[in-house]
Amino acid sequence: MSVLRTLLASLLILAAGIAVLAATTDGFRAFTSETARRIDVREHPRVLPPVPLQTAQGRIIDFPALRGRWLLVDFIYTRCMTFCSVQGTEFGQLQRRLARPIEAGRVVLVSVSFDPSRDGVAQLAAYQQRSGDRGTGWLAVRPTNPSDLDTLMRVFGVTAIRDGLGGYVHNAAIAVVDPHGRLVAITDWDAPREAEHYVLRGQVQ
Amino acid sequence: MVLQMLVQIPLLALAGWWLAPLLTRRIVDTFSTWNRSGISGILLASLVAVVWMLPRALDAALETSWVALAKFTSVPLLVGMPLAISWPRAGFVVRGVWLVEAIAMAFRLGWLYTVSPARLCSNYLLGDQRQTGKVMLAIGVAACLLLAWKLVWGHNRIERVR
Repeated sequence: MSVLRTLLASLLILAAGIAVLAATTDGFRAFTSETARRIDVREHPRVLPPVPLQTAQGRIIDFPALRGRWLLVDFIYTRCMTFCSVQGTEFGQLQRRLARPIEAGRVVLVSVSFDPSRDGVAQLAAYQQRSGDRGTGWLAVRPTNPSDLDTLMRVFGVTAIRDGLGGYVHNAAIAVVDPHGRLVAITDWDAPREAEHYVLRGQVQ
Repeated sequence: MVLQMLVQIPLLALAGWWLAPLLTRRIVDTFSTWNRSGISGILLASLVAVVWMLPRALDAALETSWVALAKFTSVPLLVGMPLAISWPRAGFVVRGVWLVEAIAMAFRLGWLYTVSPARLCSNYLLGDQRQTGKVMLAIGVAACLLLAWKLVWGHNRIERVR
């Protein structure tokens, strides 16, 4: 009797365990939080909050004002000396390759600083300049108050932790925002072609 | 990372193990017919432990308060306590399979954490991850040596399957 009961109990526990594991991994697809955020964004596009952002030119804009265009968004801090310093160069190159859709007002690149207390207007401008900014279609912005920064980081799923050397380590990526102002995809920060593809394919449709 | 995965979570399980004697005889006896050789309890503990080995769960426990609460309750009550009740009932084969699998898990995860070029948790640095991997490999080696020593020189205290 106890053999059958144990078998039954074990099967129930196993079934419940598999169900819980499936739920916590989005059906065995996401074992890391980074994969989970990408799947979630793809399946449930997120509307971006209308928080005020200050550009390197000192203007105040927000995401809803950029509707009607595809946005490629990355999160940065301008003091980065490690691999994330390449993010700027990547955006500089994207700006060159996407020159025509940018010209036509269909694409804008946006770099958001998650360290606005140290990244002022001057630092943002210097960052763009040393990354080879061509002057149009790339906005470097900073949220003007800390709670807005928290909101943005939550919506985009950005985590930045101190690296113990005065800088940060963060889950760098390129976020793709569609013309309706919704975050629809997140691609690898070092695969700009993928992000570019989204924008160009989206335009054909 | 070492602190959460290899100190905090094991200590939470240990707390559950120590809480087990507080359960009354009646509760333990009721469950015992459903837990022959401790198999159901060990299975429950293992599956819950697997959930808390996922990098995603470790991240979520740091970022979301209800996940943290789930960790602090499920690890003692669903890992430590069932193990404490079930382990003494488990026979040589059940214990052997479980220990071999646990050691293999320490090596697998240790190896993955040591060689992965990508960060598996958004809340920990790559250096932390490598260090955690090395500690897990060390735990695997230590468990192997301890087990081998026990098998060769230890007293055979394992009772017959009840």
